[in-house]
Amino acid sequence: MFTLRRLAIALPTLFIIATASFFLMRAAPGGPFDAEADLEPAVLENIRAAYDLDKPLLEQYWIYLTNALSGDFGPSLVYKDFGVNELIAIGLPISAKLGLLAMIVALLLGGLCGIIAALRQNGIIDHIIMALAMTGIAIPSFVTAPILVLFFGLYLKLLPVAGWNDGAPANMVLPIIALALPQIAIIARLMRGGMLEVLQSNFVRTARAKGLRESHVILRHVMQTAAIPLVGYLGPALAGIMTGSLVIELIFNLPGVGRYFVQGALNRDYPLVMGVVVIYGALIIALNLLSDLAYAALDPRVRRGYR
Amino acid sequence: MVEPVLKIRDLSVSFAAGDQQLAAVSNVSFDLNEEECLGIVGESGSGKSQTFLAALGLLARNGRATGSVLYRGQEILNAPRHELDELRGNRLGMVFQDALSGLTPTMRIGQQLAESAERHLGMSPAEARARALEMLEIVSIPDPAQRLNAYPFELSGGMRQRVMIALAMICKPDVLIADEPTTALDVTVQAQILRLLDGLKRHTKTSVVMITHDLAVVAGLCDRILIMYGGRPVELGATAEIFSGPLHPYTAGLLRSMPTLSIDPEVDLPAIPGQPPDISQLPAGCAFAERCERASDRCLREDPLLTARTNARSVACHFPLDGN
Ligand SMILES: Nc1ncnc2c1ncn2[C@@H]1O[C@H](COP(=O)(O)OP(=O)(O)O)[C@@H](O)[C@H]1O
Ligand code: SF4
Ligand SMILES: [Mg+2]
Repeated sequence: MFTLRRLAIALPTLFIIATASFFLMRAAPGGPFDAEADLEPAVLENIRAAYDLDKPLLEQYWIYLTNALSGDFGPSLVYKDFGVNELIAIGLPISAKLGLLAMIVALLLGGLCGIIAALRQNGIIDHIIMALAMTGIAIPSFVTAPILVLFFGLYLKLLPVAGWNDGAPANMVLPIIALALPQIAIIARLMRGGMLEVLQSNFVRTARAKGLRESHVILRHVMQTAAIPLVGYLGPALAGIMTGSLVIELIFNLPGVGRYFVQGALNRDYPLVMGVVVIYGALIIALNLLSDLAYAALDPRVRRGYR
Repeated sequence: MVEPVLKIRDLSVSFAAGDQQLAAVSNVSFDLNEEECLGIVGESGSGKSQTFLAALGLLARNGRATGSVLYRGQEILNAPRHELDELRGNRLGMVFQDALSGLTPTMRIGQQLAESAERHLGMSPAEARARALEMLEIVSIPDPAQRLNAYPFELSGGMRQRVMIALAMICKPDVLIADEPTTALDVTVQAQILRLLDGLKRHTKTSVVMITHDLAVVAGLCDRILIMYGGRPVELGATAEIFSGPLHPYTAGLLRSMPTLSIDPEVDLPAIPGQPPDISQLPAGCAFAERCERASDRCLREDPLLTARTNARSVACHFPLDGN
């Protein structure tokens, strides 16, 4: 029920995202061909006409919208000979791979750190983990990324400094860590909070009164409920990783969607930017729906329609 | 003489609150005999629950317990976790007041019952499930086979409390501690649960501790009663004797404020005037002095200890009633 409602507002949301990004892009000063400064005015006019840029703004909006509805985001204005769809098709698998791996790393590591901190509440390990988490949240990834590169790439010479190298695992390690770090920190704090709350609840006392071993109590009676606040954060976490990847892909020179997006924005490549925005918007909405399903898996009240 | 099942001596519980130590339970001593039903009665906050949570090693993190709790001669107070785990849920069962928050929300009833049987009775999952089903029948849950697959939130309050009792009884324990098992329920369901406990008590060898703030609950059920006030034991004796001749002024007050059939319900019952003591500032003398008609200087200076009057009755009061 909940999921159906979310589905019903997904399309209007996407429409608003597309519209807003269209007009915001156009409101920004400058144009796509500014770099090619010494073009003759007549030639420039021809190019603009070829991309419909000479038409009134509302008509352009209409053309863009109808094409987007049929799944075509038009040609790139800067990467000549490439359609936006092609660029996204090249970049998305790479970005998705990085994002997904970063998400998995963040969930596993963040979850584990949170559990350990909660079980050692107010102990030295708890204090260390929480101090690290505070730093992880405070420092943005465009700062951690260069530090990671300096240390592991240039000083220890353990890992490549940048580049994709056809997806070689060594090339992915540093970008994934840089993307995951802030999320690890947030997830660790959420998991710790969830654990601490559940640990002092009455049903945990009942489980202990049954003479169950503490490991059994944690795994069977605590974890599932303690993880519920995490599920609500899955959507924001993915959004955070996706926006983080815009910068990270640039820093590590990775051929993902993020790099196209940043370059597209700098060059006023309107179709490219809007294509990426709409695709990312759709992805984030879809992933939020997935996190609803995860809720149902963890909480029987949701599954059985009580809430 | 037969050894008691539980022998509690000088049990005290305190909680750290800021830089203060709150004395929730002070020097409680009593025995629980074989196949006996002992009532623990006192106002809310008088230390009833913490006494038994301490005995089972279930205090909150800020709680500390001192003294001695012997289960059949074995010291269990502050015992290592693995020793406690052999007894809890196995020889010592406990039923908690609020069965909704007391059952794990994400686990089916059958699983919550079966894991105890697997843990303590060495049963296979299939045997444990059969035992769980049998327990649901014993506590009179309708459609027991279906209820095995239910989640706690799918049961009514009374049903959940039955499940709690089934949980505590699944390993046929020597001791069942029922902590206000009926307080959260409405009156008709309360009576059903009390009947169920009474039946279980008759048909098993389990000794029962019945914790309640309501003297009426223990009247028909318990052999002996321990009255608690401000974390202290104030009177201990056979149920009939306490009802017919209370020794402690507090017990007498409780009895006077108890509704009986003969009293006209329109008439207000004489409640004990004043408030229960605040454990963060307990007086030096008798904790009840503020509310006691018989209080004198000595009561304000000296804390009365629980002392035996006869071999079956004890009272903690400098000027007890004559008991007639
Ligand atoms: N974790 C805790 N921290 C501080 N005080 C507590 C804690 N748990 C219980 N207490 C206090 O201990 C006293 C006795 O509580 P309890 O044994 O639960 O009373 P009751 O007789 O109603 O069962 C109460 O005053 C209560 O506020
Ligand atoms: S000791 Fe004194 S104050 Fe306390 S109950 Fe007895 S008579 Fe009352
Ligand atoms: Mg209580």
